[in-house]
Amino acid sequence: MKHISNRVQNIHSSGIRKFFDLVLGVEDIISLGVGEPDFVTPWHIREACIYSLERGYTSYTSNWGVLELRELIADKLRGDYGVEYDPEGEILITTGVSEGMDLVLRATINPSDEVIIPEPGYVAYKPCVILAGGMPVTIDTRIDNDFKATPEEITSKITENTKAIILNYPNNPTGSTMKGSELEEIADIAVEHDLLVISDEIYAKLTYEGTHTCFSSLNGMRNNTILLNGMSKAYAMTGWRIGYACGNREILENMMKIHQYTMLCSPITAQMAAVEALRNSDDSLRKMVTEYNRRRNLIVKGLNSIGLHCFEPKGAFYTFPSIADFNLKSEEFAERLLREEMLAVVPGNAFGNAGEGYLRCAYAVSREVLNEALSRLERFVGRLG
Amino acid sequence: MKDDKTIEMLQILEEDARITPAEISKMTGVPEKNVSELIGKLERKGAIIKYKTVVDWEKAGVEYIYALIDLKVNLDRDNGYDSIAERISMFPEVESVRLVSGNYDLAVIVKGKSMKDVASFIAEKISTLEQVRDTVTHFSLKMYKREGEMLHKKDADRRLAVSA
Ligand SMILES: Cc1ncc(COP(=O)(O)O)c(C=O)c1O
Repeated sequence: MKHISNRVQNIHSSGIRKFFDLVLGVEDIISLGVGEPDFVTPWHIREACIYSLERGYTSYTSNWGVLELRELIADKLRGDYGVEYDPEGEILITTGVSEGMDLVLRATINPSDEVIIPEPGYVAYKPCVILAGGMPVTIDTRIDNDFKATPEEITSKITENTKAIILNYPNNPTGSTMKGSELEEIADIAVEHDLLVISDEIYAKLTYEGTHTCFSSLNGMRNNTILLNGMSKAYAMTGWRIGYACGNREILENMMKIHQYTMLCSPITAQMAAVEALRNSDDSLRKMVTEYNRRRNLIVKGLNSIGLHCFEPKGAFYTFPSIADFNLKSEEFAERLLREEMLAVVPGNAFGNAGEGYLRCAYAVSREVLNEALSRLERFVGRLG
Repeated sequence: MKDDKTIEMLQILEEDARITPAEISKMTGVPEKNVSELIGKLERKGAIIKYKTVVDWEKAGVEYIYALIDLKVNLDRDNGYDSIAERISMFPEVESVRLVSGNYDLAVIVKGKSMKDVASFIAEKISTLEQVRDTVTHFSLKMYKREGEMLHKKDADRRLAVSA
């Protein structure tokens, strides 16, 4: 195609997109394929947003984002993890973690720089690295290690061109989490090789066992970590498009430069809603987390009992069961499941080759849907024998 | 008795009375036997009063009329609020009775088949009680939320069926 840039020709549209097109043709489906909360944004947040519109908050904001929001984020990070970021110059409000990821990569990657990405991993990482001109270098995490990246796997991929590593715990698509002591070992490698760590902690609040460790709270990592987080998952605010990036002043200043010219600022309406969310959501957050945890217990037991072996995910809202016993590729399994039982899941290979042989089943659905989905799966698996 | 597990059981049941002990067990990790025992205990203790269904009668095509009554009562040496409140509570037409702070004493909700029904019940059975000094009746015109459930509106699932 003559008008398309070479760079874009080098990236493929996501496997999820492909599956989405298939799903479109099927009526009455139920879905465990949705990567966002089933809860609607808590009413007090929606209400605060309406009020901000009534008062006429409709302008641009500072390129960095509304100062009050940045201050609240600084307070939260200090309170939750003991990390200090200056709201003036070390915190940037982005249009979702999606933009934050793009900004940090574009601000730091030179041609031929390599970025290590553990897989199965979130679908956007590889394309974003390529768009920034870098080289994605993937590592295959394994189910027998609960899909955690190991120091050995990481070290084995480090070359003189390695610039950064992207971490995402709790993880999409596996639900895997990493303990502080395990992350510490990765931090040591990063310090030794002078790597930048890009830590996408968007599911941090959805941690069901143990406590979440913020990567930048680890010894020596504050200045070598870009912390990405946002409102989408924990506050059920995916459609509002608010995220934030925190880190070293110099990197943030350069990310802001790109943001200023390409995004200008995040929508003020959504920023006002995020202010309310960070101020007054402890209760609604707790309720949602409790409910996800109940569903997590239900789905993990349910999947294992019908022969879809599934390790226990400790975070996010995903399970990643193995279909090794059924002699079908992930896509075949998912397509047949869709056609025969009208149940949508995401084939694991959409998240990298390491996801082949698995499915991603999200439990951000009501318990009724969950139970119905499990019985459809059981019927389907029963027929496969 | 007020430990976290007990509270969790009650919260789950308050939301869905039909859920089975087996399911609660799967969701919470508490063994099924313990769930059943705990529920039994809560029932015997009266912490669980009853398992009921929230019905939108209007949707079912059955008409009911509700009235909210503010009651002022006279107390004497022998009778405090409890005796009059309990007396009013005995009528099956009465849905709820609360002692409240403010301009009146008891807040009563009455349910009946027609406006006439409800009005005559109040006039004949409530206003005539010796301890009742004054009543103000508000007929309910439309109900929006009951038992924590919105009656006329459900948030549709607007999400894409498959997403990253
Ligand atoms: C790991 C991960 N990072 C980032 C995103 C995108 O988040 P946002 O809505 O903040 O752009 C998602 C959404 O699915 C995700 O799963």
